[in-house]
Amino acid sequence: MARAISPQRKFLTTGAAWAVGLLIFFPILWTILTSFKTEAQAIASPPIFLNFDWTLENYAVVQERSNYVRFLMNSIIIAGGSTLLGVIIAVPAAWSMAFVPSKRTKDILLWMLSTKMLPAVGVLYPMYLIFIKLGLLDTRTGLVVVLMLINLPIIIWMLYTYFKEIPGEILEAARMDGANLRSEILYVLTPMAIPGIASTMLLNFILAWNEAFWTLNLTAAQAAPLTAFIASYSSPEGLFYAKLSAASTMAIAPILILGWFSQKQLVRGLTFGAVK
Amino acid sequence: MPPARKVIDMATKASRSAARIMMAPAVVLLLGWMLVPLTMTVWFSFRTYLPLRGGDQGFAGFQNYARFLTSSAFWPSVYTTLLIVGGVLVITVCLGVLLAILLDQPIWGQGVVRILVIAPFFVMPTVSALVWKNMFMDPVNGLFAHLFKFFGAQPVVWLTDAALPSIILIVSWQWLPFATLILLTAIQSLDSEQLEAAEMDGAPALKRFWFIALPHLGRAITVVILIQTIFLLSIFAEIFVTTQGAFDTRTLTYLIFQRITDSQNIGLGSAGGVYAIILANIVAVFLMRIVGKNLDA
Repeated sequence: MARAISPQRKFLTTGAAWAVGLLIFFPILWTILTSFKTEAQAIASPPIFLNFDWTLENYAVVQERSNYVRFLMNSIIIAGGSTLLGVIIAVPAAWSMAFVPSKRTKDILLWMLSTKMLPAVGVLYPMYLIFIKLGLLDTRTGLVVVLMLINLPIIIWMLYTYFKEIPGEILEAARMDGANLRSEILYVLTPMAIPGIASTMLLNFILAWNEAFWTLNLTAAQAAPLTAFIASYSSPEGLFYAKLSAASTMAIAPILILGWFSQKQLVRGLTFGAVK
Repeated sequence: MPPARKVIDMATKASRSAARIMMAPAVVLLLGWMLVPLTMTVWFSFRTYLPLRGGDQGFAGFQNYARFLTSSAFWPSVYTTLLIVGGVLVITVCLGVLLAILLDQPIWGQGVVRILVIAPFFVMPTVSALVWKNMFMDPVNGLFAHLFKFFGAQPVVWLTDAALPSIILIVSWQWLPFATLILLTAIQSLDSEQLEAAEMDGAPALKRFWFIALPHLGRAITVVILIQTIFLLSIFAEIFVTTQGAFDTRTLTYLIFQRITDSQNIGLGSAGGVYAIILANIVAVFLMRIVGKNLDA
């Protein structure tokens, strides 16, 4: 569409859009800036925006005092592990529903989605009991399993919508050529499905990284990921703004970068195909 | 039947049973995930169960259900939940529509602005809650306090004196990107020829928005409302690290959490949990209908 737009109007809308964008982004920007200040500069009145002595001291102190790297590793293992496990379970399921649909496929898909609607707090105590019985409390294994389960419906849905876009004729052709199920999946589907699988993994890694009900309630000292680490700053420690900011920046930076790549998948993954 | 057709049918039959096997792990896991804890919750909800004060003291009938509803904390928690969900929905949907329209205009640096707007969605709940609580809403050193002092006003003690609006602000900031992104996607699929025709016919911008753009956005808005409602009904971390449910910010979710972890009354908390599950399911039914319709198309 080539609609004629006056330069003045484009200038105005650009100004408005940037102003709103920066306003919305400001809390993140402010956190990042504050993480490079000294504690005194962080609470200076009036606030200092850019003309301060940049320092990396806060990052060093956060690591030294609370062993930040351990929480980071827990986050990576829990988010990565649950995503990987989820995809391994979801790929065959989504594949079969997309390519061998039956009358019940739609019902099964909707039922899977409905398990996502279960309010976590409704099953908090049973999960706690089960975790104690199985010795999973405060272990990364336990959280990998729980986060895999809560995100499995989203993974299956996303993969299903991606697989649906692979033309069925290709499969028919492969079958006619005598390809069996295994080679069908290995040589025909996999190469076409890899971009969709990668996007699905990306979004689910983000969701698992930010999950803050089970990670807060089922971990203590050993398996706590970054969500729980940051929550520990709700005590007076959080009043050390520069250190809070450094810890926060480290916790969100990787996801902000990954999020950059996952904008498109966000719509697909979180609306279950209801908005295109 | 021609032979070629027969081959396909046989292949289909083989792949049908293979398909069932391939679906089995996901179905079994989700079935277990749904049924096992849920059955336990329903079971506990009919028991007098106080782990720290005598353990399981037997069948309680519907006592827990009645007590949960009649406790003095119940109706305020429902009211708080409605205010938070409703407030956040109004803010995110209204601002989301405006923002989506703005971002749909031809502007310089569109990609960068989009990322600035979407960024809050990727910030983990504990970080956004704490950053807002300490660095913006702190009555002494927070940025809002500086701003108020600059204009000669008395700084507000946000999370005690205006706790509920503060939490609504924090949660809205987290969810505005989601609403904007989905509405933007919907706007971009709007038939621009229709809009141009209306413009040619002399329809003013407001009318074009009201009669063409908004009806087109109707379904996307419904989807945003339903999905956000499901997530907003169970917000937790934002309250956990700010007010801990004090100052009229105790939602239904947080009340149940407190019954279980603080008062250690599992029967009562489980009865509350069953209410929460029913509530979430009512919303879910509407969402499923829309999603299901889309599957057929």
